Amino acid sequence: MKLIWIITKRELQSFFDSLIAYVMLIIFLGFSGFFTWLYGADVFLVGQASLQSFFGIAYWTLFFFIPAITMKLIAEEKKTGTIEWLLTKPVTDRQIVIGKFLATVLLIFIALIFTLPYIITLSKLGNLDQGGVLGGYLALILMSGAYAAIGIFASSITNNQIVAFLLALFIGLFFHIIFDVLANNFTGVIGDILNFLSLSVHFDGVSRGVIDTKDIIYFLSIIVGGLYLAEMSLVKRNIEN
Amino acid sequence: MDIIVENVTKKFGPQKAVDDISFSVKTGEILGFLGPNGAGKTTMMKIITNYFSPNGGRVTVGGIPVADNPNEVKKHIGYLPENNPLYLEMPVLDYLEFCAGLLGVPKNQTGDRVRTMVRICGLNEEKHKKIGELSKGFRQRVGLAQAMIHNPEVLVMDEPTSGLDPNQIIEIRKLIRELGKEKTVILSTHILPEVEATCDRILIINKGKIVADGTSDTLRKQATGQEILHVKIEDGEPNAVFTALQNLPSVGLVDFTDRQLNRFEIQTRPGMSAKRDIFKMCMDKGWALTEMIPFETKLEDVFRNLTMN
Repeated sequence: MKLIWIITKRELQSFFDSLIAYVMLIIFLGFSGFFTWLYGADVFLVGQASLQSFFGIAYWTLFFFIPAITMKLIAEEKKTGTIEWLLTKPVTDRQIVIGKFLATVLLIFIALIFTLPYIITLSKLGNLDQGGVLGGYLALILMSGAYAAIGIFASSITNNQIVAFLLALFIGLFFHIIFDVLANNFTGVIGDILNFLSLSVHFDGVSRGVIDTKDIIYFLSIIVGGLYLAEMSLVKRNIEN
Repeated sequence: MDIIVENVTKKFGPQKAVDDISFSVKTGEILGFLGPNGAGKTTMMKIITNYFSPNGGRVTVGGIPVADNPNEVKKHIGYLPENNPLYLEMPVLDYLEFCAGLLGVPKNQTGDRVRTMVRICGLNEEKHKKIGELSKGFRQRVGLAQAMIHNPEVLVMDEPTSGLDPNQIIEIRKLIRELGKEKTVILSTHILPEVEATCDRILIINKGKIVADGTSDTLRKQATGQEILHVKIEDGEPNAVFTALQNLPSVGLVDFTDRQLNRFEIQTRPGMSAKRDIFKMCMDKGWALTEMIPFETKLEDVFRNLTMN
């Protein structure tokens, strides 16, 4: 546990040292602020004291940002050779993967904390649905976890950051939209399965404040699955041939 | 902590990078891995440091089999990998603290250890800079500092002096020599004088196999099998001296190097020394022995003999 935290701390530090964190925070807050308050289906157009429009925007911005954060996590270490050094230290492959995952989720968490003024503002404007707000944030965190796990997996199988980024987006796209589109074109069991695989269905459920165990299990399985695959691709050096 | 390597094999696809290697290193010994590029030195080091697990065989460090308890063994090993990979975006001090934490240095000793390493490795003026801003020599020092931060009993260093200037090389060699008195040190290099200057024992590896194992002196002897002497004997007729030398029981082969000056090259019979016999012969015959130079085979020659075939 202590070792995981040491790794998490270093990764978080390196996000800030290498300016990735600042760029990500500014763009994320800029985008979501712009679309939540100023443009399109913003809060004033909807005319309700609801953060739904923010969650809808964050649903897309995070989808693009998370692969950009995770792409370097393992790919860069593979390229520079530090991963090899790291793996000769008394940490397991799993602790490394989990440490990096937690660092990513923490960075997203920090970004979300900066949106707290939205809540305060809205609660002054009208009667805010607290369940909806909590659910929305929980849904964003769970979704970030899922995409972070996918991103880390993509980063673990290549030493090229661009490849890792595109691969994470490609895999993410299936969960984000493709399964949903396909589900609409199928009926019966296949339709049900595709519907269950679609992340947007679960995201909508949780963000409305309806927290179902099925949704939680869905997100957790993507996280565990992604991290497990990432760990395997590190362990692979020893099982080949 | 002793390191015992038994019948270790590591395959990459059909190719054996390390092929049934066995050796052991004792505490207080500095072992040098020597070998051409691609001989399996680095792979062997990665197996000892537990980056790779071998396809066959066993590595034991301080009595603990590496395969059974890798994390316990890793705590006692300091490793400086090839090309010295570092987190370039981190400041030196942060990096060393991170290493200390990772290697299980207790929190209250971390500051002390970091300061000690900064002093030993001469990093005081650079300690607040990011590693990426440092020159190659300083990065190498940071690499050495991280390898020793937890005061490990075993040090594994892959080309520790690469990229350093001659003064630094001498300093680092001195440091390694000192450390080697109480620790177990394995280093690899392809700079031959370096092995002679620092290592107690040399292991020459070629194509994944050990081709020679011993001190630099025994390796030279092994390579030639006999002593080579250059002598100059005056006051005698060249051919008479030649025959007399040839008739000595310990002398194997005599050759003129300079007939006018009565210079000879003598190869002794394997395992024998001819120095005393030659001296006595000259006394008996009344000749003057004016030069006797034991001729050493260079380690370069030994290396070439063993690895080029």
